[in-house]
Amino acid sequence: MIEASALKKDYGEVRALDGITFAVEPGTIFGLLGPNGAGKSTTVKVLTTLARPDSGEARVAEHDVLREPAEVRRSIGVVAQRSGVDRDLTGRENVKLQGHLQGMRGRELDRRVDELLEQFGLAEAGHRVARTYSGGMQRRLDVAIGLVHRPQVLFLDEPTTGLDPEVRAAMWQEIGRLKADEGLTILLTTHYMEEADNLASHVAIVDRGTIVAEGSPAELKASLHGDAVHVELEGANVNGNVEAALRGVPGLGEVLVEGRALHARVEDGARAVPAVLAALDAHSVPVATVTVGRPSLDDVYLRYAGRSFAEADKTKEEDE
Amino acid sequence: MTALSDTWALTVRDLLRLWRQPWFIAIVLVQPVIWLLLFGELFQRVVDIPGFEGGDYKQYLVPGVLVMTAFFSSGWNGMTTIEDLERGVTDRLLVTPTRRWPLIVGRLGQNAVQALIQSLVIIAMALAIGVSFDGGPLGVVALVLAAILLGTAFAALSNALALVARQEESLIGAVTFLQLPLTFLSTAFMQEALIPGWVATVADYNPVNWAIVAGREAVQSNPDWGTVAGYCGLLAVFALVCTMLATRAFRAYQAQV
Repeated sequence: MIEASALKKDYGEVRALDGITFAVEPGTIFGLLGPNGAGKSTTVKVLTTLARPDSGEARVAEHDVLREPAEVRRSIGVVAQRSGVDRDLTGRENVKLQGHLQGMRGRELDRRVDELLEQFGLAEAGHRVARTYSGGMQRRLDVAIGLVHRPQVLFLDEPTTGLDPEVRAAMWQEIGRLKADEGLTILLTTHYMEEADNLASHVAIVDRGTIVAEGSPAELKASLHGDAVHVELEGANVNGNVEAALRGVPGLGEVLVEGRALHARVEDGARAVPAVLAALDAHSVPVATVTVGRPSLDDVYLRYAGRSFAEADKTKEEDE
Repeated sequence: MTALSDTWALTVRDLLRLWRQPWFIAIVLVQPVIWLLLFGELFQRVVDIPGFEGGDYKQYLVPGVLVMTAFFSSGWNGMTTIEDLERGVTDRLLVTPTRRWPLIVGRLGQNAVQALIQSLVIIAMALAIGVSFDGGPLGVVALVLAAILLGTAFAALSNALALVARQEESLIGAVTFLQLPLTFLSTAFMQEALIPGWVATVADYNPVNWAIVAGREAVQSNPDWGTVAGYCGLLAVFALVCTMLATRAFRAYQAQV
C-alpha cells in the first residue's frame, strides 16, 4: 500500500533522509520509530506529496507521489505532527471544509460529518470554535478531518505527542479500532517506544535519515538475545571508571555509558546483576537503581543506533 | 467547476473567521470614516490654492480615501496566510486534491468582500456629509471596482510575500514600507496640476494612482469612460499577474517544507 524506495532529501546542509526504503502491507499499522529529527516527519511529508524528495521514488495507494500527486491526495488522510485545525472555525466547519475540498457535497457530506463528530466524541462540541477545545479534543478533530473522505491510507505523524497519558491511551484504542473495523492502512510515526510496541504490527527504526532495523516488535526484540540490564549511577562516570570496573565481568555483551546511565546486554540477567554490582562496588562506583528485563524496543534502538533513545532525542532538541 | 466551488468554500471560511473578530470588524469599518472626516477637515483649505479645480475638498477626497482604504487593508491579507502556515492549516490544505489557485483566490474573495463593505460605508458617509456622485450609480460601481481590483493585486502580493518570507515581521515591514509612499505618490490628496513633476511621473506608474484616477473620473459628471475602462483594464491585468505570482509562491514554500 505504501512503497518508499531510496528516498533522499537534504535541507541545505542537513541530510534529512539518507536513503529510506520500506513497504507497508494493506490493512496493517506500520510504525516509524525514532528520536526527534530522525527523518520521520520528512518521510511523511514526502509520502503525502507535501515535500519532494531529492531522489528516490514512492508509491502510495498505487499512485506515484511525484507523478500523480492528486490521486495520492484523494487516497490518503493526513494527521500532521502539528495540528492542522483552524481554531477560528467550529469543529463541524473544520470537518466540512475538508470534506468539500476532498470533493464531497450535500447530504452525503453532512451525514459523514455527523458520523465522525459522533465517533470522536465531538458531537456536542461540534458547534463550538476549535479554539475552545482541549489538546485531546483538537487531536481527535485532526483525526476526524483526516478521515472525512474515507481514505485508504492514514498517516499519523506523532499523533499522541504532548497528550496526557489517559488521552493517549484513548487515542491508541481509537487507532487500533480504525485498523480493525475499517481496514485502514496506517503509517504511524512516533518517538514513544511503547506506542509502536502497542499499535504497530511492523516497526522500522529510523536514525539519522536511514532505517537501521525493521521487523515486528517481537522479531526486533528477539534479535537481541539475552537480557537487558540498566543501571542508574549515583554520580557521573569519571575517567572511564565504569568501563574499567566492568571489563572483567563475564557474560557481559555490549556496554554503553551515557551520563549517569549504564546500559548492558547480558546472557543471563539473574546471574549477571550480582557480578555487575560487585564489580562496580569494587571500583567504588555507587549505584542508585538496577533494572533487568527482556529487551524492549528501547534496547533494540540502543543496539542499532549505538546510542540510547533518550540521549538521541536530547541531542536533537539541543541542536534545534 | 470543482476549483471554483473550492474557492468559494475557502472565501466563506475566511469570512467566518473575520466575522468572529468583532473588534477587527469595528476597526475595519470605523477607520475609513475617520480618514474621510479627518482628511476632509485637515485639508479643507486646499481648495483655496490657486489652480485647484472645484470648490469642495471632500468632493475631491472621497475616491482617494476609498481607494486608499482598500489598498491599506489588502496589504494585511497575507497575515492570515502566515497564521495558517504557523498553525499547520496550509500544510493540511496543500495535501487535499484542491488546486493551488483556489487557496489564493479564496482568500482574495474574502478581501474583495471586505473592500466592498468598506467602500459602501465610505459612500454612505460621503453622501451623509453632502458629497455627490455625479457619474451616477454606474460611476460608483466603477469606483468600487477599481478599488477592489487594486486591493486584489496587493492582497495577492501580500500572500506571495507571506509564503516566501513566512514571518509576520517581514510582512509588517514590507507593508508599512510601501503603504504611505504609494499613497502619497498619487493624486489622492492633491490634484495632478499641483504636485511636483517627478511625483506626477511616478504616479503614472503607480497602480494606486491608476485606481484613484479611474475612480475619480467615474464619479464626476460626464465621465470619460474610455479612461475609466483603460485604467480598470490595467488594474485587472496587474491583479491577475499578482495572483499568478502568489499561486507560484506555493512552490517556493513547498520546496522548503
